[in-house]
Amino acid sequence: MAIALVLVLIVVGSVLFHFLSPWWWTPIASNWDYIDHTITISFWITGVVFSAVVLFMAYCVFRFRHREGNRAVYEPENKRLESWLTIVTAIGVTALLVPGLFVWSRFVNVPSDATEIEVVAQQWQWSYRLPGKDGKLGTSDTREVTAENPLGIAPKDPNGQDDVVVEAADLHLPVDKPVKMLLRSIDVLHDFYIPEFRAKMDMIPGSVTYFWFTPTRTGTFQVLCAELCGQGHPLMHGMVMVDTEQDYLAWLGQQQTFAQLSAPQQTGSANPLPGNTMASALDVAAKVETVEAR
Amino acid sequence: MVDVTPADAVPPAEVGEMELYHPHSWWTKYVFSQDAKVIAIQYSATATAIGLVALVLSWLMRLQLGFPGTFDFITPEAYYQFITMHGMIMVIYLLTALFLGGFGNYLIPLMVGARDMVFPYVNMLSYWVYLLAVLVLVSSFFAPGGPTGAGWTLYPPQAIMTGTPGGNDWGIILMLSSLILFIIGFTMGGLNYVVTVLQGRTRGMTLMRLPLTVWGIFTATVMALLAFPALFVACVMMLLDRLLGTSFFMPAIVEMGQQLQHSGGSPILFQHLFWFFGHPEVYIVALPAFGIVSDLISTHARKNIFGYRMMVWAIIAIGALSFVVWAHHMYVSGMHPYFGFFFATTTLIIAVPTAIKVYNWVLTLWRGDIHLSIPMLFALAFIVTFVNGGLTGLFLGNVVVDVPLSDTMFVVAHFHMVMGVAPILVIFGAIYHWYPKVTGRMLDETLGQFHFWVTFLGAYLIFFPMHYIGLIGVPRRYAELTDMTIMTESAHHLNSFISIIAFLVGFAQMVFLFNLIWSIRHGREAGGNPWRATTLEWQTPQTPPAHGNFGKELPIVYRWAYDYSVPGAKEDFIPQNVPGDFRPTREPA
Amino acid sequence: MSVILVFLLVIAGFAGWWLSHQRLTAKPWLEQGLAGDLVGLERSALPTAKIGLGVFLAVVGCLFSLFTSAYFMRMGLPDWRPLPLPRLLWLNTGVLVLSSVALQCAVIAARRGQTDMVRLGLATAGLTALAFLIGQLMAWRQLTDDGYLLDSNPANSFFYLITAMHGLHILGGLVGLGRTSTGAWNGARPERLRLGIELCAMYWHFLLFVWLGILAVLAGWAATFVSICQRLLT
Repeated sequence: MAIALVLVLIVVGSVLFHFLSPWWWTPIASNWDYIDHTITISFWITGVVFSAVVLFMAYCVFRFRHREGNRAVYEPENKRLESWLTIVTAIGVTALLVPGLFVWSRFVNVPSDATEIEVVAQQWQWSYRLPGKDGKLGTSDTREVTAENPLGIAPKDPNGQDDVVVEAADLHLPVDKPVKMLLRSIDVLHDFYIPEFRAKMDMIPGSVTYFWFTPTRTGTFQVLCAELCGQGHPLMHGMVMVDTEQDYLAWLGQQQTFAQLSAPQQTGSANPLPGNTMASALDVAAKVETVEAR
Repeated sequence: MVDVTPADAVPPAEVGEMELYHPHSWWTKYVFSQDAKVIAIQYSATATAIGLVALVLSWLMRLQLGFPGTFDFITPEAYYQFITMHGMIMVIYLLTALFLGGFGNYLIPLMVGARDMVFPYVNMLSYWVYLLAVLVLVSSFFAPGGPTGAGWTLYPPQAIMTGTPGGNDWGIILMLSSLILFIIGFTMGGLNYVVTVLQGRTRGMTLMRLPLTVWGIFTATVMALLAFPALFVACVMMLLDRLLGTSFFMPAIVEMGQQLQHSGGSPILFQHLFWFFGHPEVYIVALPAFGIVSDLISTHARKNIFGYRMMVWAIIAIGALSFVVWAHHMYVSGMHPYFGFFFATTTLIIAVPTAIKVYNWVLTLWRGDIHLSIPMLFALAFIVTFVNGGLTGLFLGNVVVDVPLSDTMFVVAHFHMVMGVAPILVIFGAIYHWYPKVTGRMLDETLGQFHFWVTFLGAYLIFFPMHYIGLIGVPRRYAELTDMTIMTESAHHLNSFISIIAFLVGFAQMVFLFNLIWSIRHGREAGGNPWRATTLEWQTPQTPPAHGNFGKELPIVYRWAYDYSVPGAKEDFIPQNVPGDFRPTREPA
Repeated sequence: MSVILVFLLVIAGFAGWWLSHQRLTAKPWLEQGLAGDLVGLERSALPTAKIGLGVFLAVVGCLFSLFTSAYFMRMGLPDWRPLPLPRLLWLNTGVLVLSSVALQCAVIAARRGQTDMVRLGLATAGLTALAFLIGQLMAWRQLTDDGYLLDSNPANSFFYLITAMHGLHILGGLVGLGRTSTGAWNGARPERLRLGIELCAMYWHFLLFVWLGILAVLAGWAATFVSICQRLLT
């Protein structure tokens, strides 16, 4: 008997929790409110099904619990009922799937005016590369990675010379401009994830993946890594700032191009500084150690 | 519909007797036994023992997540080792081994009316190879560098690199070796389960008269036999990458500023192989649970399972479909985005047969005579948690919804609910149900009630709120949730709450273990058929069944497994081996 | 993953064919009494051991299909340099065919009850299978001598891996063959011996078939075939 009551309480409690809980998605900052809508549809459909099934079960347990002299009804099957339930389920599933597929086709088709920006992940930090004046990113290869060229930009490719390199620092984006994030990793799997933008995608060493979005409000957003990448995984944070056009251009003006960064090396500096790559990796390693020491 | 066979029109033919190996010594009777029932108990005991390790590991993880920074010994390195070992143990060494090696071994021969498995010697080997696999797994805890911390998915490249605990040490090697051994051992056992169902059925036991438990375990085993080779291939190739420097999965990599020797490999290839095994694996765990829960509900509601044929077809459909949905684990893996359309569709189609099964369980309760015994309580709890977890599966299967939710705590909550909590509740229900057959005594009712309520409510309180932490966007597999802007103070409190409940639920399992051991001697005498069930395992001449299961002659099956409350019959159940005509007079509406 | 999917489709075909003979649409609650007299509902007439081996071969087939799937997926990446197959492989193939033929002869002899022929067949099969394994090892040696090392290219890695897997299966088969042969010399029961030999033959034929498949993949014929099919489709 208690179980019937508890089943009802579970439904009531879950529904109340859903509506009253302070834990909900972050205010959206990109064009992917479609995704939020699809989730809302999913919540409604599945919520109704969950409540219906569990409440019906509670009713059955209450109404048909064993009492002296009771006997179950012999009913091997009921074709009509089963067919109806199948059809209704199929409709419910379609109602979930169809909007999802529409939004997915938007998600995978990048608008032609999207600016390409490259994110390069490594254990355990984020770097970025923006196309220079020519609007093109130069080719890259993990084999080219050195302390002086941490992103592995092909030095011989003229397209790459004017690329803006933002190494292990914050990325700025102009508001309301679609961007195509090209994702690259030089060591293990990572996943570039900003909860407020909703979109995310794994980065795979050896290939370039992508997703696109349009930032819709200015602000500062934390980048998280969403694919286990070793013991520094939870410390792999970054920052993305969505700026107004003016602020963005001001920031862009302060950044250095690949050519500028590799210039001292070309003039033959006798004692090249240890690369940031190593420095930052050590930095995180130190962090990990402090956690261990704690 | 026509009635096909007039009863007893043809006298029963001689059933071919199998040659049983009769043990002569204590060693061959209890240790190197070829009796499926002993092997079942060996499998179950080993799985439970390693499962306890996984339980302790989950406590340690919850300590870290619930009270970050309080426990110094849980370093990020240790945390990742905990989650990896916890996941791998639970999925493979506990759930798969217990459902197929434990329940499969015990129930298949008894339920189909066989003396034993068809290849008893191979069956025995299967257990010993499994034990070896478990020992290799356990040994990694003591190896230099500790066990691997690559996550149970073992994704390369990180699984075999220095930045991951055990990646450049013994951990990953032992893990892969242990998996390879497990697969070899499982294949030996799996052959037995399948061929016993095919060839060992007693006379009159047609496929449509099999209890759904056998259907579930049979289908799951067929799937496992076809899916585990994918894991085998992935493990062998990764082992070569790690030990001999090949580049199956390893692309060109810069590790801490050093160029590695590998080049050109494809990490995605591993993911395809892994999930080609990994998704069927979900159903390898779920289908036996589906089958067992059907029998529990039917027996304890004194009513035939509603829509038996649909239930069988649904099991087959789910089994077949589950081989074409694997890439829904890879929507954000960077594979070709157009695969998303295909896999989202197949994934959501699989929801239909699954939903039908849920309806049929609930409709079995409708107008039943529900005995709220402990197995029934666990079965009801299973339906709640399974529906909950199944429905959140519709979120994650729907490709675009998966984009924000994948790799967050939402996923963790989902799969724990659907393939952790739900099947384990069935395991508990099944143990309360069959323990009297295995030992001849009932488990203690009061302890059972305590165990049930704490486990069910506790598990729901752990995993239902966890979805909402994921909804905020908190990623999974984070050893530390500090320094994260989205992680609010209240979310930290929620985490502490979840941890405290987790300790309580874990404690309840100790009570259960105590009950298991205590009741062997002190439980109430059960008798041969305490639940008044129809299936053959309850009709054995001895309880616990002797070697050879049935007496001199194998039972002959005259009816399906669900003749409960047949109109006109005196008792409210008619065992499968009872001849005579109690046919309902009319075709039910 | 197309190879494994095709393979599973074949398995599904078998399973579907078998299930379609099991009257899955029957309403079991309406059928009381001994439904077992209906044809085909009971256990198969084949010996259980053969069914067991059949299921095992399906698993082995699955394993090699997966290796092939992985092979084709890895092959598409740019660093793939196919390696020249050593000529010796053709000789080995011939030896393996001989081994299968010898076992088939042993099967026929066993059916006729010719003990001497059975022994001759078993001995030939065992020795030729051993010769095949030695030949494979020599082929490996040749390749390593020519600088085609395991880790120098994925094509090489796959070559060694797949041939090693196949070799291990042959080795396992030799254990079974050894047991059967012991029976043949020590005078096991004729029907038991016949079953043993038939099982060995079944396994041998299957592994020969797998080897021919592997050879087609490694020699690149399979890839050519697939690309022709693709061209025909487009």
